[in-house]
Amino acid sequence: MESNQYLDIFIDESKENLQVVNDQLLNLEKDSTNLSIVDEIFRAAHTLKGMAATMGYEDLSDLTHKMENVLDAIRQEQLTVTTDVMDVLLDSVEYLEDMISDISEGGSGAKEVESIVSKLKAIESGEAVAETPSEVTVNESSNNSFSIDQFERTVIQQAQSDGQFIYQIRVTLTEDCLLKVARVYMVFEVLEQNGEVIKSVPTVDELENEAFDQEFELILVSSESAEDLQGKILKVSEVSQVDVEPFSLDTKTAEEEVAATVHAPENSSETKEETVESKKAAGNKTIRVNIDRLDALMNLFEEMVIDRGRLEQISDELDHNDLKGTVERISRISGDLQNIILTMRMVPIDQVFNRFPRMVRQLTRDLGKKIDMQIEGAETELDRTVIDEIGDPLVHLIRNAVDHGIETPDQRLETGKNEEGKLLLKAFHSGNHVFVQIKDDGKGINQDKVLAKAIENGVITQEQSTSLTSKQINELILESGFSTAQEVSDISGRGVGLDVVKSTIESLGGSIEIESELGQGTTFTIQLPLTLSIISVMLVVIENETYAIPLSSIIETAVIKKSEIMKAHNKEVIDFRGNIVPLVDLKEVFEVPSDHEVEDEFYSVVVVRKGDQMAGLVVDSFIGQQEIVLKGLGNYLSNIFAISGATILGNGEVALIVDSNALIK
Amino acid sequence: MSEVVQNEKVIVFQLKDEEYGVPIENVGSIERIQEITRVPRAPRFVKGVMNLRGVITPIIDLRERFDLEQTAYTESTRIIIVTIGDKNVGMIVDAANDVVDVPQNQVEPSPEVVGSVNADYIRGVAKIDQRLLVLLNLDKVLTEEEFDHLSTVES
Repeated sequence: MESNQYLDIFIDESKENLQVVNDQLLNLEKDSTNLSIVDEIFRAAHTLKGMAATMGYEDLSDLTHKMENVLDAIRQEQLTVTTDVMDVLLDSVEYLEDMISDISEGGSGAKEVESIVSKLKAIESGEAVAETPSEVTVNESSNNSFSIDQFERTVIQQAQSDGQFIYQIRVTLTEDCLLKVARVYMVFEVLEQNGEVIKSVPTVDELENEAFDQEFELILVSSESAEDLQGKILKVSEVSQVDVEPFSLDTKTAEEEVAATVHAPENSSETKEETVESKKAAGNKTIRVNIDRLDALMNLFEEMVIDRGRLEQISDELDHNDLKGTVERISRISGDLQNIILTMRMVPIDQVFNRFPRMVRQLTRDLGKKIDMQIEGAETELDRTVIDEIGDPLVHLIRNAVDHGIETPDQRLETGKNEEGKLLLKAFHSGNHVFVQIKDDGKGINQDKVLAKAIENGVITQEQSTSLTSKQINELILESGFSTAQEVSDISGRGVGLDVVKSTIESLGGSIEIESELGQGTTFTIQLPLTLSIISVMLVVIENETYAIPLSSIIETAVIKKSEIMKAHNKEVIDFRGNIVPLVDLKEVFEVPSDHEVEDEFYSVVVVRKGDQMAGLVVDSFIGQQEIVLKGLGNYLSNIFAISGATILGNGEVALIVDSNALIK
Repeated sequence: MSEVVQNEKVIVFQLKDEEYGVPIENVGSIERIQEITRVPRAPRFVKGVMNLRGVITPIIDLRERFDLEQTAYTESTRIIIVTIGDKNVGMIVDAANDVVDVPQNQVEPSPEVVGSVNADYIRGVAKIDQRLLVLLNLDKVLTEEEFDHLSTVES
């Protein structure tokens, strides 16, 4: 009777089922004749309803139930899929989502569902040819007072086919019984040892609240005989009478069966499919783990990585063979461990992507556009922390593409394009990064307009505008204080926006690039790190200080002769594989105290990049590559120039991590 | 009628030849001096960051902060780790060796007593027996506004 422990499972599974309903509804809209899609929706909705009813969320199960009726009518081909029907169904999904999120926040999941229910009813009765409700309303037949819904029916059918008995049990307590709840509990205890209680009248909740007189009824699935059960229940004190009768679906009123026969064969096949599916799911062998535990595991592992670095250093110093061997083994094992922990924290990007189709659908309707949205690579995995953060930036970019990128059908036809715009959302792995692309075939970025606007808004000056590359012009739309929308609309273009996208992505250690061709469309490419907490760095030395430069931004390291350094605009530059790369002396930038003025004949240079731009960071020497745990400098020192964080080295000392992005302008 | 006197427990530390006090509830621990990594372009009095059992902790030099002359660290030099709001900071002091109860009625708000030092990071001065204790306002010790103000005065 304790339901709290199931609540988490209920919420998770409800969300999954609802997502299936949502996805498949959108598929159905595209392919409205494919009834197997309806089957799938039906199945998910049905599971959802069953679970909601079990957990006692009546509004939730009620609404799902009405949805099911509509779906059933579609399945029976009594109802055709129209946009109106889809709208109401998708609205219902939204209601359901609200309810579930309410439940997950500790609410009761109650919500005013009258309006949507009546809409569903209208569809169901107005357009359905001959409504044959498969559910049974409260049925006061002489035989019993049970109303059996489809979920319970399924369970009963399944139990029967497994050779178990179904009993209808009426328990009467003595009149002077004081602790009725306790007795009920004891009866349930006895019954649950011997089988499974499917339903009770009054409901379990009412029984717990003593909202009954002397007797209650229930349906039990059990392999015990009726006499045994009766005997066992009678052993509970203060029970005066127990009637155990076999219960059968066939004893339901005849006319109902007739009405339901149309469904019967289908239902049973449904049942089989369901059992097959649940067996498959069980074979997957997955468990749900609280994310907090994974975080704790990750934190502990980070500590271990620090100590691993320390061990490596000690064994190098001691130069003892056995120790070296052991330490190498530990390093290897912890490397494997790190991979496993990191993959454990990976979740498919689908978790973010899956809400977009409906959003785009809504947007296109609001804006009167036609858009075909495709999603690729939804199975691409990313660290949870990254997933949590990229939702909003993506929403922004997609809204932007739908609102500003893709033209209205008329405009598209005028320019000789297909009436329906294309929007592609794509995710893929490459190296240590994940790329997310948002590609539309809309009107592209009008660079003249962008330049004019940028100058007008003071983002750049007139002189600067002449020297910008086309890529740089495109990227102006990411600067703060910039909005190309002629009119401010609800969808996007509030003047804030794309610059927030850029800063969010950069704060995640990622970057964003724009490619655009006027009249052909625009592609936004977001590059994200796989994980945020453990990164590979190059350790370098400047005087007595050690700094770490993230490997992801390094192109290569080089040692160059002093004579190879050239001057351009009074700045030191080098010729690096045909590119002119400016040098940045880290000693100067970081104001490293120096007690000697030794002019070295050779410069050690780390060539880093930010997008297309490069810079050569001059250091004293390289130490080597290392995996480090990224740590913040604390709240007190949150805004230090060109330092993105710190890490603890093997010897326990702190090394600062260089933010090379800040050094390239 | 006996007066109920509120006592405040403070950690006493030394800086040059004066004694200062910080409320004990702000103090996390007292550490010996250890390797500090300089943070470039940080405020002048920020010595750098230190590895405090796996947590990167900023360290400020109180001598520098209070414009006292620099001396070499000695055996008795300590770092007092204090927590103010969401910030964890270590303060380098010459020595830290005492915990005393300061009766509230012994605290004089006026900093004039100390003479030349007249700064808002001083909360008050307490006289206990023959000792003078300068009580610090930690919030103000840490803030950079104060530092900016000081540097403009200096220049």
